[in-house]
Amino acid sequence: MGFTQKHILGMEFLTAGEISLILDTADNMKEISERPIKKVPTLRGKTVILFFYEPSTRTRLSFDIAAKRLSADSISLTAGGSSMVKGETLIDTAKNLAAMKPDIIVLRHSSSGAPNLLVRHVNTSVINAGDGMHEHPSQALLDLMTVREAKGGLSGLKIAIIGDIAHSRVARSDIIGFTKMGAEVIVAGPPTMLPKGIETLGAKVTYRPETAIAGADVIMMLRIQKERQAAFLFPSEREYAKVYGLNREKLKLAPPDVLILHPGPLNRGLEIAPDVADGPYSLILDQVTNGVALRMALFYLLAGGIRNVGD
Amino acid sequence: MLVIKGGHVIDPGRVDGICDIYIQNGRIIALVDRQGAGSIGAVPAEIDGRKVEREIDATGKIVTPGLIDMHVHLREPGHEYKETVATGCLAAVSGGFTAVCCMPNTRPVNDCAEVTQYILQKAEEAGLARVFPVGAISRGLEGKALADFGELKAAGAVAVTDDGQPVSDGRLMRRAMEYAMGFGLPVISHCEDLGLAGSGVMNEGPVATRLGLTGVPNAAEAVMVMRDIALCALTGARLHVAHVSAAESVQAIRIAKQQGIPVTAETAPHYFTLTDEAVGYYNTHAKMNPPLRSEKDRQAIREGLADGTIDVIATDHAPHSVLEKEVEFDQAANGIIGLETALSLGLSLVRENVIRMKTLVEKMSTNPARVLGLESGLLINRPADLSIIDSEQQYVVNAAVFRSLSRNTPFDGLPQYGKVVLTMVGGRIVYDASETN
Repeated sequence: MGFTQKHILGMEFLTAGEISLILDTADNMKEISERPIKKVPTLRGKTVILFFYEPSTRTRLSFDIAAKRLSADSISLTAGGSSMVKGETLIDTAKNLAAMKPDIIVLRHSSSGAPNLLVRHVNTSVINAGDGMHEHPSQALLDLMTVREAKGGLSGLKIAIIGDIAHSRVARSDIIGFTKMGAEVIVAGPPTMLPKGIETLGAKVTYRPETAIAGADVIMMLRIQKERQAAFLFPSEREYAKVYGLNREKLKLAPPDVLILHPGPLNRGLEIAPDVADGPYSLILDQVTNGVALRMALFYLLAGGIRNVGD
Repeated sequence: MLVIKGGHVIDPGRVDGICDIYIQNGRIIALVDRQGAGSIGAVPAEIDGRKVEREIDATGKIVTPGLIDMHVHLREPGHEYKETVATGCLAAVSGGFTAVCCMPNTRPVNDCAEVTQYILQKAEEAGLARVFPVGAISRGLEGKALADFGELKAAGAVAVTDDGQPVSDGRLMRRAMEYAMGFGLPVISHCEDLGLAGSGVMNEGPVATRLGLTGVPNAAEAVMVMRDIALCALTGARLHVAHVSAAESVQAIRIAKQQGIPVTAETAPHYFTLTDEAVGYYNTHAKMNPPLRSEKDRQAIREGLADGTIDVIATDHAPHSVLEKEVEFDQAANGIIGLETALSLGLSLVRENVIRMKTLVEKMSTNPARVLGLESGLLINRPADLSIIDSEQQYVVNAAVFRSLSRNTPFDGLPQYGKVVLTMVGGRIVYDASETN
C-alpha cells in the first residue's frame, strides 16, 4: 500500500491503514538506532526544517536525531532566534522558509491550527509537532507504536487517559488514534479539565480515575501544568496528587499486565508517583526511544518513501 | 419632481401595497395608491401639473423606508486602512442602508465632541448614507469614568456604548444608565463577562474541543444580559442589548419585556445564519465576539426575531484587513463585515417563513429608528430616504466587488436571493445597481 499523504497535520486526517503503515515502517526503522553506525543514506540530500515556535526539548531533539539518522540535513529554527520576534507573521516566515526549498517543515506552535494555516500558504510537506491544544500526531503515533509493540496489537485494548484533557493536544491525538485502531479510550479527570463534547471524539468520560484505571490495559498520565491552578482548574497540587495522581495504591485496581505511559516531561509526585514512573509497568523511556524511530518513519514516508517509488 | 412608480411599498403600520411615491426637493410629497384606495399627501390632480424629471419603475420590487444599521464600525479615525467613513458609507448604500450608527471604538475613542464632529464632517463629505455616531460610555472605553454624555449628545451622538468591551463595573453601568436618562440617550450594552469569557476564542462546545480552541460559554453573555436587565429595572433607563447570540440571552430579554422592563435587543445576520461549525478548520472569517453559537442558539435567535423579543437586525460590520485575519486563529481579530450581505441574509428569513417581509422592514428600519429616536418612515414632508429591493434576484456573494475596504466575510461564494436595486437618501439616488457593475 502506498502512502499518499503530503502532510501529517493530525490523527484526524489519517486512516487506520495509513496509521498501520506508519507503525510498520517505524518498527523497521527502530533497528537503525541499535547499530554501531547509526546512520543510513536514505534521505541524503533532503532538507528538513525544524521550526519550533514554542519551546520544546525532547520533541525537537527527537525529530532532529531522526532526520540525521536518515542523512537528511536538518536545521533548527526557534521563535526567539527567528524574525518572528521582529514582528514577522507566521505566514511570511513560512513562505521564506519554503523559498529555500526544504523537503519538510516540522512545525511546533502554541496556536491551535497553525499547521493548517501553514499548508494553505506553502507547498512544502508539513509535520505538526504539536499545535496549541489541538493535536500532536507524532506523539500519538509513538504511543500507538509503543503499546502495539508491548501488547502485540491495539484492537480491543482499553486505554485510560487521566489528567488535564482540556489543555492536552496529546490527549486529543491519542483519543483519535487509539479509537481508529479499534481500542477503547476512557478519559478521567476533574470536570474542570474535561472539555465540552470530548465524547464526540470517541472517548468515554469519567470523573473518577479509579473507574478508568480498573480494567485498563494502558494508563496514560498527562502532565499537569502548575499554572492551571491560577485559572481555578484545581485547588492545590496536594489535592490533585491525592485525588488524580497515579500512585501504587490506585495502580492495584488495574490488571497485573497494565502498562503506564506519560508523554513527558514528568511532574514526579504530582500526576505520577516516582516509584510508579520508574516501576516495571512503565514504558515511559520506551516511548522516547520509539519516538526517534517513528519520526524517521514519518520523514521516510513523506520525503523518500513509497510515495516516490514509481514516480 | 421624481416619481417611483408601481413598487410594493411596505412601511410597517402605515402602508402595504402598490404605490407611486412622488418626491420633490428631496422630500416625499405624495403616496398614491395604485389600487385606487386613495392617496396620502398632495392629491394626484396637483401632482399632474408638475414636471416629472425622472420616473423610476419599481414594478415587481419592494420599496421600504431607508434601512438603518444601528451597529457598524467605520474605523475612522484611527484605522483607515480597514475602513473609512466614506468607504463604509459606500458599502452601506450598496447594501440598501440609508443610515448607519458607528461605534465609538475608534482611535481616538469617540468619547468627546471633537471626534463626533469629525465623523459627522467626514460623513457629510462622503454624502452617501446618514451617519449617527454613538458615543462612549466610559472615557477612553476604559471602564473607569463616565464620558461627557451631554457634550456627546450636543455634538450629535444618538446613544452611548462601550461596544467591543463590556462595562464590567456594575456601579459604573448603573450610573451610566441613570445619567443617560437625563439626555434621553439609550445605553447600548456589549454583554460579556470577561472572567467567564477568559481566553476563549470561539463558542464552547464540541467544535472548540475538536479544534483545541478555548471556548466561550453562553453564560459569558447571558449573565451580563441579566445584570443589565436588573439595572434597567432599577434605573428605568433605556437599555439596548447589542449583538445577542445565546439562547439564554433571548429568554432573559423575553421575560424582561413581559415584565415591562424597557429593554430592546439586536442580533446580527451571522447569528441567525451560521453556527460554530462555520469555523471549520480555523476559518478566521468565522471568528467574532460574541462567537457563532450552536444550532440550538441559532434557532433561539430566529424564534426571538419571530416573536418580537429581538427588535433589530444590525450587522456589527467590523472591517479588518488580512493583517488581522490571515494569522493563527487565536491571534486573529474578532469580527466580520456585514453591510453588503445583511439584506439578502435577512430576506432569507422571509423566504424560510421565519418572519414576514413587513417584520423584516421593521427590524431593519422602523425599530432601529424607534430605539434611537430617529425619524423614519415614508411620510409626507419627510426626507425621501428609501430602499428599492428586488427580493427575487439571485446572485452569488462576491467579496471581491464589495465597496467596503475590507473583505472579511464568511459568506463569500454563498448563493443568495434578494438585492437592493436602488438606495435614496434625501431624495438623492446614492446607489443604483443598474449603473454599477
